[in-house]
Amino acid sequence: MSNLNDLTGPNQPLYQARKGVYPKAVDGFFRRLKWGIMAVTLAIYYITPWIRWDRGQYAPDQAVLVDLANRRFYMFQIEIWPHEFYYVVGLLVMAGIGLFLVTSAVGRAWCGYACPQTVWTDLFQHVERYIDGDRNAQIRLEKASWGPQKIAKRLSKWSVWLFIAFWTGGAWIMYFADAPTLVREFWSGEAAPVAYATVGILTATTFIFGGFMREQVCIYMCPWPRIQTAMMDEKSLLVTYKDWRGEQRGSLKAAQANPTAFGDCIDCNQCVAVCPTGIDIREGPQIGCITCALCIDACDTVMAQIGKPRGLIDYCTLDDAEVEKAGGTGHPALKTLFRPRTLIYFGIWASIGLAMLFTLGQRTRLDLAAQRDRNPVYVRLSDGSIRNNYTLNIRNMETRPRIVDVYIEGLPGAVIWTPEGKREFAKQNVNFAVAPDAVHKVRLFIAAPAEGPVRTEFTINTRARTGDERGDRDEVVFERPEAVK
Amino acid sequence: MTDNKRIDAPTGTQTVGHEWDGIEELDTPMPRWWVISFWGTIVWALGYIVLYPAIPMLNSATPGIWNWSSRGQFEQEMKAETLRRAPITSALAAIPVEQLAGDERLYQAAVEGGRAAFKVHCVQCHGSGAAGSVGYPNLNDDDWLWGGDMPAIHYTLTNGIRQPDHDETRFSQMPAFAGVLSNGEIDAVTSYVRSLSGLEKASAKSASGATLFSNNCASCHGVDGKGLREFGAPNLTDGIWLYGGDKASLTTTVNNARYGVMPRWNNRLDPVTIKMLAAYVHSLGGGEANPAPAATPAPDPAKVAANVQP
Repeated sequence: MSNLNDLTGPNQPLYQARKGVYPKAVDGFFRRLKWGIMAVTLAIYYITPWIRWDRGQYAPDQAVLVDLANRRFYMFQIEIWPHEFYYVVGLLVMAGIGLFLVTSAVGRAWCGYACPQTVWTDLFQHVERYIDGDRNAQIRLEKASWGPQKIAKRLSKWSVWLFIAFWTGGAWIMYFADAPTLVREFWSGEAAPVAYATVGILTATTFIFGGFMREQVCIYMCPWPRIQTAMMDEKSLLVTYKDWRGEQRGSLKAAQANPTAFGDCIDCNQCVAVCPTGIDIREGPQIGCITCALCIDACDTVMAQIGKPRGLIDYCTLDDAEVEKAGGTGHPALKTLFRPRTLIYFGIWASIGLAMLFTLGQRTRLDLAAQRDRNPVYVRLSDGSIRNNYTLNIRNMETRPRIVDVYIEGLPGAVIWTPEGKREFAKQNVNFAVAPDAVHKVRLFIAAPAEGPVRTEFTINTRARTGDERGDRDEVVFERPEAVK
Repeated sequence: MTDNKRIDAPTGTQTVGHEWDGIEELDTPMPRWWVISFWGTIVWALGYIVLYPAIPMLNSATPGIWNWSSRGQFEQEMKAETLRRAPITSALAAIPVEQLAGDERLYQAAVEGGRAAFKVHCVQCHGSGAAGSVGYPNLNDDDWLWGGDMPAIHYTLTNGIRQPDHDETRFSQMPAFAGVLSNGEIDAVTSYVRSLSGLEKASAKSASGATLFSNNCASCHGVDGKGLREFGAPNLTDGIWLYGGDKASLTTTVNNARYGVMPRWNNRLDPVTIKMLAAYVHSLGGGEANPAPAATPAPDPAKVAANVQP
C-alpha cells in the first residue's frame, strides 16, 4: 500500500497515524454512474418508510415495517410472523449468494458503488469539496494553522456532516415504527428511549465513519474485502492498470522527446489524486482498492487530452491481461459476465428466491399448533370415561377477525369442549372468535370412553368460516390407562 | 533474529525478522486510532471499577459508589413488578369469589397467578399436574368431596380439612367399622359398594351387604350411595376412588376409616393468593358452576360474527 511506502526505516513505528486522503473531483462515465447509484440508494433509504400500503383497519399502513414490539414484519403485501422467520433467513442467504455472484462477476462492485460506507463517504467528500475546495485547497487548509478562516470552514463542514449523519440515524428508526407518528413523538420527546439511543449511535457512527475513518473502515475494519479475495478468480473484472501499455512511464515532455522509450503513462498521478482510498492503482491489485473506477475516469480524461486511446486503466480480467500482454484482444466485458460460475451462482440465487415466492403464495393464513398436556397424561372422570387436555394455539394471520371452527377426526365417541363450555353439551366441534392478526390460545378438553387402545392417533382440525378456507390440522395422540383387570 | 529485519520490496513494509522455510512475516504497523480505542476501552473499564463492585477484599468486594448488587436489583425489580400488578391484585381482593368467574380478565389473571402459587404450595401433595395420588385427590377430574364450584373450593383452601385448631375447617368422620361389623359383614358391604359402580357383579353376598349399607352407611353416603357433600362423604357409585376401589383397599377403608388432611391456608397465604389458587383449581377441567350462575354470559359467537368483515 502506498501509504505504507515510506516506512522503510530500520526501526519503523509500531503504530501509524492515518495519512490524509484528499480525493480530487473527477468527471466521467463511472463518476456519473456513482452519482446515479448514490441517488437511487439514498432515495430508497430515506423514502421507503414513508410509502403507505393499505392493509385495512387491523394492520399498520406502512409499506415496509419491522414491528419489533408486536413481532411482525411487513413488506408490501407480505406479512411475516416470527415463526416464519425462515423467509428472512432466505433473504439473508440470497444477499450472501448475491454478493458471491457480484464479486465473481465484477469484483468488488459492492464496495465501489453500493456499500453504505462508500455512498456516505462519497457524500461527505462532496460536502468537503463544496466547503474546503478541491484536493489542493484541502491539503493547504489541512496544513494551515488554526485561524478564524480554518475554524469557520471546519465548523461549517462538521455541521453539515452532523446534519447528514443525524438524518441518516433518524431515517433508520422510521423502519421500526409508524413513520409519521414517530416523527411527531421524536420531536415532542415521547418516543421510546431506544429510538433516541439508536439515532444517537447512528449519528455518531455516520459522522465518524463517513467524515474521519473513511478508507480505514474498508482496510482495517471490514471483513468483506478479506473474504472477497477468495471469491475472485482470473475471470473476475478488476480495475487494472495496463502496465504493458503504460510502462515505461515518463513525463509527457520526455515521451515526446523519445517516443519509443516510453509507454502511454505520462506519470501525471491523476489516478492517485482521485482515489478515495489513497492508493496507487499502478502497483497492481491490492486490498485497498474498492474498484470505484474513479481512476479510470481520471486516466481516460488525460488520455483524451494527450490524444491517446482510452482505457490505460480499465476493467480487465487477469485472463485478459495475459492475452493483451501477449498482443491479443481481450473479451468484451459482457462476455466475462456469463460463464458457468456466475450462472450457477445466479441459478442458486434465483431458485431460492423463486422457492420463497412459491411458498409465500402457498402458505396458509390460519395455523394450528396443538399440544397435549403431559401432566397429567389422562384424567379419569367420574363416569369412568377418560379425558385428555390439550393446549391449542390458533394463529389467525389474516388482518381481520374470523370465526374458526375446531373439530376432531379419528377418535370415536369423543367429545370436545373448552373451559367456558360444559361437557354435557359437548359435541365434536367448537368454534372461536379469533382476533385479527393474533394468536388465540385456548385449552381444549377431549373426553372419550375408557375402552380403547392405550394410544390413539387422531387429528385436530381448524377451518376459518371466511377468507382462507384451507385451514390447518395437527396430528395428536389420545392416551388412556391400560384396561383394569 | 531481529538482525534479519529487512524491507519487503513489493509492499515496502519491514519484516519481523523471523523466517520459516522461506516464509517471512510482514510487520505492518497498526493504525494509531486502533491503539487509541484500545486505551479507550481500558479507561472505560476504570469507570466500572469505580461504579460497581470490583476489587475482591477479605469479606466482600469493594462496593463501588453506586452500591449496586444483584440482590438489590432483584428487589427493585420485584418491587416494580408488585407495583405493576397492584391494580389486578386490588381488584382481586375486592371481588367476591362468587363473581370471579364472571370477570373474564380477572379470572384469567387469577388462573395464571394460581398456577404459579400452586407450584409452590400444593404440588407436594397434589402433584405438579394436580393429578394427586392415592389419598390425595386429583383436582383435574369432575368428582369433588366438598364441592367443585369456586366458593366451595375457596372455602376448602381457606379453612383446610381436619385442622383441629380451626372451628370452620372441613371435617368428616367416617367411623372405623373394625369391631362394629364382623369380617364377614365388612366383606359383604364392600362387595355391595363395588357392585354400585359395576366393579363387581351383584351376588347374594352383595345383596346382604345392601342391608348393612342402609343401616350403617346410608346416613352419610346416601341411600343410593351417591354421597353427600355437606358431610364430605364421597360418591360411591362413580369411577373415582381416592384410596382405591379394589377389594383390599375398600376393606382397609371400612375397617379403619381414612382421615385425610389438608392445611388451612388462611394463616399462611394472603387472601388474594388463595383466591387465585381457587381459580386455578377450578380451571383444571372439573370446575363446577356456582350455585347461582355468574351474571356475565360467555361471549356470543353470533355477536362476534356480526363484526366479522366478509
